[in-house]
Amino acid sequence: MNRMEDEQASMASTAAPIATMPAEWRDFYALTKPRVMSLVVFTGLAGLLAAPGSIHPVIGFTAILCIALGAGGAAALNQWWEADIDAGMKRTAKRPLPMGKLRREDARDFGMILSGVSVMVMGLAVHWLAAIILAASIIYYAVIYTIWLKPRTPQNIVIGGGAGAFPPLIGWVAVTGEITLMPVLLFAIIFIWTPPHFWALALFVKTDYAKVGIPMMPVVAGETATRRQIFAYSIALLLISLVPWAIGGTGAIYGISALLLSGLFLALSVPVAFREAEEGDAMKPEKRLFAFSVLYLFALFTALVVDRMVLS
Amino acid sequence: MTPEEEKEFTRRRKARNLALGLLLLGFVVLFYMITIVRMTD
Repeated sequence: MNRMEDEQASMASTAAPIATMPAEWRDFYALTKPRVMSLVVFTGLAGLLAAPGSIHPVIGFTAILCIALGAGGAAALNQWWEADIDAGMKRTAKRPLPMGKLRREDARDFGMILSGVSVMVMGLAVHWLAAIILAASIIYYAVIYTIWLKPRTPQNIVIGGGAGAFPPLIGWVAVTGEITLMPVLLFAIIFIWTPPHFWALALFVKTDYAKVGIPMMPVVAGETATRRQIFAYSIALLLISLVPWAIGGTGAIYGISALLLSGLFLALSVPVAFREAEEGDAMKPEKRLFAFSVLYLFALFTALVVDRMVLS
Repeated sequence: MTPEEEKEFTRRRKARNLALGLLLLGFVVLFYMITIVRMTD
């Protein structure tokens, strides 16, 4: 049997939809969830630039590359584990694995290699504490969130949201080599931001989550409770986003930006919190809050970096 | 496998190998630069 036939025979032995062709590099790229990765890279870079001290540009680039590779690896592992769930949801059905574009074990191996390489390079080239936190973030997302919490509890997003909160902490530690209050606060901001961001999305795609049996808050606790919690988290976000300014960790540029951005976030959460969706509802307030939440994070961390550059 | 499928098969494998090659080359350059930076530290 020649090599081509070997590859085909190997593909045919998988239980997933059978791919007759080898996967393209684009399929592997799609496994890394590039859009999510852009937010991860941005917040990691913001943490790195906002940290006191300096880092050589090559080492800084390596740190961000490792954060990106780690996030990509964790995303690939997430899709490997959730291939069946993804196939049942409209939003995720076109991902490479549900489409049968590549083998499930290839996705797993790809995720493991990316994760391993990212942690090793971070440790060897940048800082071992940053590498340990990166490893923790990958395990947090791929194991604690994806495998353990997501299918079990409607609090999955609250606790699992921690995974996305690691990048600014890693970026900061890559420069300073230590964990202090400021990077922990940056972690806390993303941690508190994640539930209202994701629940706004879950409110208008809830039918999909219900269909595949994922206990998202709107499915389990109901829409009203979810809407109230979005409001509560938006208040908490306003408060926590102001703490770096209040303790003197940042200047007025960040403080005023945080006040305006978090105030607008809270204002947009009000119509979401105090209404009931009707049959055939376009869910505009929810979609508006979700869209703004992405912009919010970019804007807040940009303000943090600008503030640091002006201060220094 | 038809000749067209075989051609597509080869094209995909070549593209994947090229992407992997570029990735490895990128890592070689990165490690070279990291080494230079670390040695001059």
